[in-house]
Amino acid sequence: MATLREVKQRINSTKSTSKITSAMHLVSSSKMARAEQNAKKYVPYMTKIQDVVAAIAQGTPAGSHPMLVERPVKKSAYLVMTSDRGLAGAYNTNVIRKALEGMEKRGQTKDDVVIFAVGRVVADFFKKTGYTVVDSEIGLPDQPAFSDIKAIARKAVGMFTDGIYDEIFVCYSHFVSAMSSDLVEKKLLPITDIAPATNSASYEFEPSGEEILQVLLPQYAESLVYGALLDAKASEHAARMTAMKSATDNAKDLISDLTVLYNRARQAAITQEITEIVGGAAALE
Amino acid sequence: MKTTVVNIVTPDGPVYDSEVSMVSVRTTAGEMGILPGHIPTVAPLNIGVVRLKKDKTTEFVAISGGFVEIRPDKVTILCPSAELADSIDLDRAKEALQRAEQRLSGSENTDVQRAKLSLNRAMNRINVKEGNI
Repeated sequence: MATLREVKQRINSTKSTSKITSAMHLVSSSKMARAEQNAKKYVPYMTKIQDVVAAIAQGTPAGSHPMLVERPVKKSAYLVMTSDRGLAGAYNTNVIRKALEGMEKRGQTKDDVVIFAVGRVVADFFKKTGYTVVDSEIGLPDQPAFSDIKAIARKAVGMFTDGIYDEIFVCYSHFVSAMSSDLVEKKLLPITDIAPATNSASYEFEPSGEEILQVLLPQYAESLVYGALLDAKASEHAARMTAMKSATDNAKDLISDLTVLYNRARQAAITQEITEIVGGAAALE
Repeated sequence: MKTTVVNIVTPDGPVYDSEVSMVSVRTTAGEMGILPGHIPTVAPLNIGVVRLKKDKTTEFVAISGGFVEIRPDKVTILCPSAELADSIDLDRAKEALQRAEQRLSGSENTDVQRAKLSLNRAMNRINVKEGNI
């Protein structure tokens, strides 16, 4: 049986751990609220750009831009988004597993794919397992701005245009609510599934449809990456919040179990002491 | 006086939303003035200033490229970043200008195109802020 002092020590250390986890829970929940707001602010931009892309893509002949054309796939790129730090439950592992599943489904080996890593966890994982990590973006702020992600997005889009790989997927965790998220694997390029334009206004193009696509499509792809990042960040904070909440709850359970144990041991010690005194007094009589 | 609604939207959120009587933008094909009732048009934009003319006042917004979508009753400008003249941080823009100049005059292996673009963006911001457009 554990001594009184040992039990007391365990109670104290569990208590201080639970203080930390409950603080992290609060921090994550406020960060999640802000991340959700950021994701909302981004929506008007996305819907607008989608509308215009759809309107132009319908008005111009098919195959007028390399980003709209599917080509035989020799090499694929995966842009995988995780967090920089752990303590977010299964968030990071889930996203990485999703990416690996995608590769397996398409029968791709390490030589068929290149990785763009957003977040330290994913960068470390793919480097360690021997994949080609072309570029990684580590240490993004909790509320990223468009300029933070622009460099890696531009590189990913640029290398597709240069023909280094023939398709690019984004893997991230989609924020559904504070309690749940969906793992998503989306094809970023080539753009094949453009939603039909909501307004069928036919536009005049200045100077021409093709030239606008040249400007518009890279910008569209880059903003898709940014949208995914905002989504992933919200989901990360939600995952961390849930993980920290259950850690705090577990600590509470543990503390109450240990307290019972402590009281029992204390009671036993007292009882023993009394018995000894009574025994000693009896022996004297 | 007839007016048209103007929206300036960036990935970081809407920057401008108001009714104006005339918009002028700098497209890649040249300066373009847009009055209410314009034919639906899409045009890519250069780094530059957007002039928004109301009854008596004119507002200026610095934008970094993007494109404009025009409909008879509505003008939408989509760009990676945009700032109203009042909210431009002059010191930051000047720092960016210096950095870009250093990179351009410095070592050979700089990405000249990128440095030039950021030089343009910084100059644009400073010009819009100081009002010499």
